Amino acid sequence: MSILVYTESENGKLKKTALEVVSYAKAIADQMGTSVTAVAVNADNADTLGNYGATKVLLVKDESLKAFNAKKYAAIIANAAKSEDAKVVVVSSSADSKYLAPLLAVGLDAGYVSNVVEAPSSVSPFTVKRTTFTNKAFTNTEITTDVKVVGLSNNSFGLVESGGSASVEEFSPSILDSGVSVESVDKATDKVSIADAEIVVSGGRGLKGPENWGMVEELAEVLGAATACSKPVSDLGWRPHSEHVGQTGKPVASNLYIAIGISGAIQHLAGINSSKVKVVINTDPEAPFFKAADYGVVGDAFEVVPKLIEKLKAFKAANA
Amino acid sequence: MKILVCISHVPDTTSKINFTDGDTKFDTNGVQFVINPNDEFGLTRAMWFKEKQGASVDVINVGGPETEPTLRKALAIGADSAIRVNTEATDGFAVAKQLAKVVKDGGYDLVIAGRESIDYNGSMVPGMLASLIDANFVTNCISLEVDGTNAKAVREIDGGKETVSTSLPLVIGGQKGLVEESDLRIPNMRGIMMARKKPLNVVEPVDVSAETKAVSFEKPAPKGAVKLVDADNIDELVNLLHNEAKVI
Repeated sequence: MSILVYTESENGKLKKTALEVVSYAKAIADQMGTSVTAVAVNADNADTLGNYGATKVLLVKDESLKAFNAKKYAAIIANAAKSEDAKVVVVSSSADSKYLAPLLAVGLDAGYVSNVVEAPSSVSPFTVKRTTFTNKAFTNTEITTDVKVVGLSNNSFGLVESGGSASVEEFSPSILDSGVSVESVDKATDKVSIADAEIVVSGGRGLKGPENWGMVEELAEVLGAATACSKPVSDLGWRPHSEHVGQTGKPVASNLYIAIGISGAIQHLAGINSSKVKVVINTDPEAPFFKAADYGVVGDAFEVVPKLIEKLKAFKAANA
Repeated sequence: MKILVCISHVPDTTSKINFTDGDTKFDTNGVQFVINPNDEFGLTRAMWFKEKQGASVDVINVGGPETEPTLRKALAIGADSAIRVNTEATDGFAVAKQLAKVVKDGGYDLVIAGRESIDYNGSMVPGMLASLIDANFVTNCISLEVDGTNAKAVREIDGGKETVSTSLPLVIGGQKGLVEESDLRIPNMRGIMMARKKPLNVVEPVDVSAETKAVSFEKPAPKGAVKLVDADNIDELVNLLHNEAKVI
């Protein structure tokens, strides 16, 4: 028996969420008195997972798996889970992992809980805490099946280095046919995505028009942040839908969320509630966002943001 | 083409969320229920297929009689008929099992569900359904074209998008982008009158047990007061973010 964890990589490089899910799997393994086996596809340096608690890595090397395919990947993970006799399988909350997890759960006859934010409060019965109602609440959920699939919320557990080492074994399960094939991928390689970002800079209608986003982008660049926007901004077509964060858009679970000219509608606040530190810049001191934020500046974004950029540049230069 | 659109009956996005019975039950008191927003984008895209390419559109919900007004709203928007599987939606797996039976019996070519419901946010029903009926599956879907039995879909990925080709039978996890917000339809009086006469078939559930159980609910701890920084003292904000919050 072991805990199996699926570790994602991109162009051979393990993602930060991969290190986080292994850290998390290690915590469950300690609770259950067992060890962690990771499964990775086309990852380089898979042995580094040992430092986060994996003792074994099953590494699949296959050119035909270069493009992500939910059905194929789910089958590989299910195969690994069976060969390891895993009772718990951990995945992340990336778009790809959320795509494959339900297929994996059916393949393993396993109960699946997504958006989990903590190590299990109990392993018998197996009970985990997950966000529900788009971060307006938590639900303590028991998984009643023999095998369990747990989807960890990004940036909820953190990285825990245990200083161990892992053996890497080649794993070559037979690859299924899939009825879905990738034709093209359109991804900005020079920009950090909202899902992976540690800092997110977000703009609302208070910015008055799409022509004023230059300073939002500049602030994001200084901070190495992703850019996001409120729902009205995306509905008005000022920014692409992919930047819309909130209840019907993307969730944000960054370390720092900076809201500029966003009043803080309940749907928006729900979507960004998992962010650890929230800063609001708004002219209206009565804006609801001030009740949800950690730090606030009452002032005109067109004066405050350029000043913030200037101060951050000086800070970066002094701390470089 | 026979299309089935899965409709979750969820609290309106503005709802305050509260619990009763010692934090073991969602408090529906004063809560307005609506069609799950992700499902509504899918329903509107289904109406486009019906009007432009010729298709029948049925809608389905797994739930008690209290969900019927939500199904009637979907009929008023233009769906042809509605199905309610008469059982409580206990968990994603149990719902997927109920849907699988109806999809198989009904011979649907295309099932459009929302990427996730805005109440439990599980993002599991469409994928589990696809797996159970061995159909193709694309989630986070922001564009869908069907030509004969071939389909082309665009999926949102972290930091971009991906175009895929696939074929029917197909299950979609839809979201905004399938249609625009401005394409959503508010039912008119004629639609509402017609919806009253359209069939809403109640079917009995298959025997299935849930795999997960909500034991209790919690609300996030109340937030401390915001720390205000003077607009003329932005150095202080940088200082707080670095030394106190330790996020830069």
